[in-house]
Amino acid sequence: MPTLQEIAWKTDGPDIRFVSGHRMCSGCGIGAIVKTVLAASDKPVVVVNATGCLEVVTTTYPFTSWNTPWMHLTFENAASVASGIEAAYKALKRSGKITDDVNILAIGGDGGTYDIGFQALSGALERRHKFMYLVYDNEAYMNTGDQRSGATPFGANTTTVPVGKVSFGKPQWRKNLVEIAAAHRIPYVAQTAAHSIMDLYKKAQKGFNADGPAVLAVLQPCTTNWAFDPSLTMQYSKLAVETNFWPLYEVENGVVHINVKPSNRKPIEEFLKGQTRFRHLFKPENAHVIVEMQKMIDDEWARLLKIEESGIQF
Amino acid sequence: MGVRKAITGAQASAEAMRQINPDVVAAYPITPQTPIVEEFAKYVADGVVDTEMVAVESEHSAMSAVVGAETAGARAMSATSSQGLALMWEVVAATPGLRLPIVMSLVNRTISAPINIHCDHSDVMGLTTLGWIQIFSENAQEVYENTLLAIRVAEDNRVQLPAMVNQDGFITSHAVEPVEIFDDASVQRFVGARSLDRALLDVKQVRSVGPLVLPDYLFEFKRAQEEAMSKVFEVYREVGAELGAITGRQYPFFETYQTEDAEAVIVVLNSAAGTTKAAIDIMRAHGKKVGLLKPILFRPFPYAEVREALKNVPVIGVLDRSMAFGACAPLYAELRNALWALDKRPAMQSYIYGLGGRDIMTTEIEGVFEELLSGKLDSEHQRYIGLRG
Repeated sequence: MPTLQEIAWKTDGPDIRFVSGHRMCSGCGIGAIVKTVLAASDKPVVVVNATGCLEVVTTTYPFTSWNTPWMHLTFENAASVASGIEAAYKALKRSGKITDDVNILAIGGDGGTYDIGFQALSGALERRHKFMYLVYDNEAYMNTGDQRSGATPFGANTTTVPVGKVSFGKPQWRKNLVEIAAAHRIPYVAQTAAHSIMDLYKKAQKGFNADGPAVLAVLQPCTTNWAFDPSLTMQYSKLAVETNFWPLYEVENGVVHINVKPSNRKPIEEFLKGQTRFRHLFKPENAHVIVEMQKMIDDEWARLLKIEESGIQF
Repeated sequence: MGVRKAITGAQASAEAMRQINPDVVAAYPITPQTPIVEEFAKYVADGVVDTEMVAVESEHSAMSAVVGAETAGARAMSATSSQGLALMWEVVAATPGLRLPIVMSLVNRTISAPINIHCDHSDVMGLTTLGWIQIFSENAQEVYENTLLAIRVAEDNRVQLPAMVNQDGFITSHAVEPVEIFDDASVQRFVGARSLDRALLDVKQVRSVGPLVLPDYLFEFKRAQEEAMSKVFEVYREVGAELGAITGRQYPFFETYQTEDAEAVIVVLNSAAGTTKAAIDIMRAHGKKVGLLKPILFRPFPYAEVREALKNVPVIGVLDRSMAFGACAPLYAELRNALWALDKRPAMQSYIYGLGGRDIMTTEIEGVFEELLSGKLDSEHQRYIGLRG
């Protein structure tokens, strides 16, 4: 395992696979996530990118930030496109038309993954193509201005489920993508976060080296639509872990391992405050929403601990 | 000389795919395309082909996987029908813009609703504006040869566009006919291998494919796409001549049958052209001067050549197996466009026939010819063949 300095060199040195000059919002964490994940591959990486923030800001023609083979087709099919790339890779290797080894990486936001790309992802995982799927989860359709997704948390204000006289925002909890992916009995699934570079790097490396499909879910605090100061992205990522809102854990060959267990988990308000999408929850009439949210987080955490302790395999 | 085999149109399609031996096939079964996928899957299972077959979970993923494979550098193929084509529409639309020479079989079937598994052309006619080369096939023999032809036309460097090879659902796809299959070695020499020139898997030449293109450049991309489409005619002729050296046949943009002295001509696509030829033979035996023009290359549409072929015909009936609801039927509209530039335009009549797989008989075609010869036409209103009530 390389040191943090070595990872820094890999992500900013001469062999960098993702270069600066892109048009991400100031303070966006996607760049750091993608650079770290790409650096974790010891082989060239062929990337397929679903429509979304990352695609839009990195490839405004005639410019590109990708110093590695990259393609984009449409919104909901990064995993199916990756299936085709992997099939081509196998066929062309077998016939000797290509000789280089590669890793294949599909990347989507939560919209392209939890929602519109869900079927394509499930199909590709079930067919056991050897590729890694990376979802940068900013918890709503942020590229188009904050519409709710299946990853939007309970109580969040979005433009399609806004706060109103009879609405406190999203009334449903979000999908658990890690468990859904693990239910496909694939070799590696992990949840990680932008601020925890070593954790992210290590998990990306495991995903690339897995003997089959791997899924990496990374929380990506959105400075623009969660609406916090651009200097605080990593701070919010850290708070998500410290409150157990976004536990860092992995499912390796079906076995659950929690990577970080906060000794004193912080109350969820620590994560919520300062984010415009949750501002309404601090009004007295919405106090019950925070109580409910805290209970759900604690229940989920207790459940995760139990699964880990039980040793029961996914 | 080839070997004559008794096979269906679907098997003819699979047979062409066997000889092409594509690197990747991704497909989702749908009636009446299913036997193509099943037949090809058997080739894969028996090791007859080297293909990596991806049995995807939907048509949207089928076309997405094929696009991924082609971008990666593979020769990739698929097949579908009707609702399957509708589901993959988004990716079908994106493919020509990416300049990927994917060849796909389309077994023509009605688009829902009402749901119906039988033949008409409402599936393909819904997407003829997208930029795919469209080739139509009267019978299983043409399905086989058109598939081989399509690969070379699509992959030619002047073109680099996807192509769809159409055949009539059930009528062609499930009917057994004698089909002449040419020897593997000659066919494989003809189809060759796809160039790896722009392969994403060529990791030494790093590329970004499918970027965001804004108003400052998109228009130019689309103009270049049209330029490529215009090159299809010359490439189709050249490639057709090469294929003809193997098959002994010719590959015109359209077939004419008994048109030289014809006083009335029917224009019709796919299998109904065969029925029309039979009706023409009957009528010619009774001294009626009637003929047929059967378009084969529908996109790009050979307007000038069609105009030249029909310039002396006084009456033309165009038979469409789909409607354009509120507008001229698709084939009729093309014929009107093609013939508009003539100094002396023919009388024209639009007919709709065979929707949802309704049979069309030689007697009905004879009736159409009689009507055309009678001069009792109404070019502003379409008429319906075999419609009840």
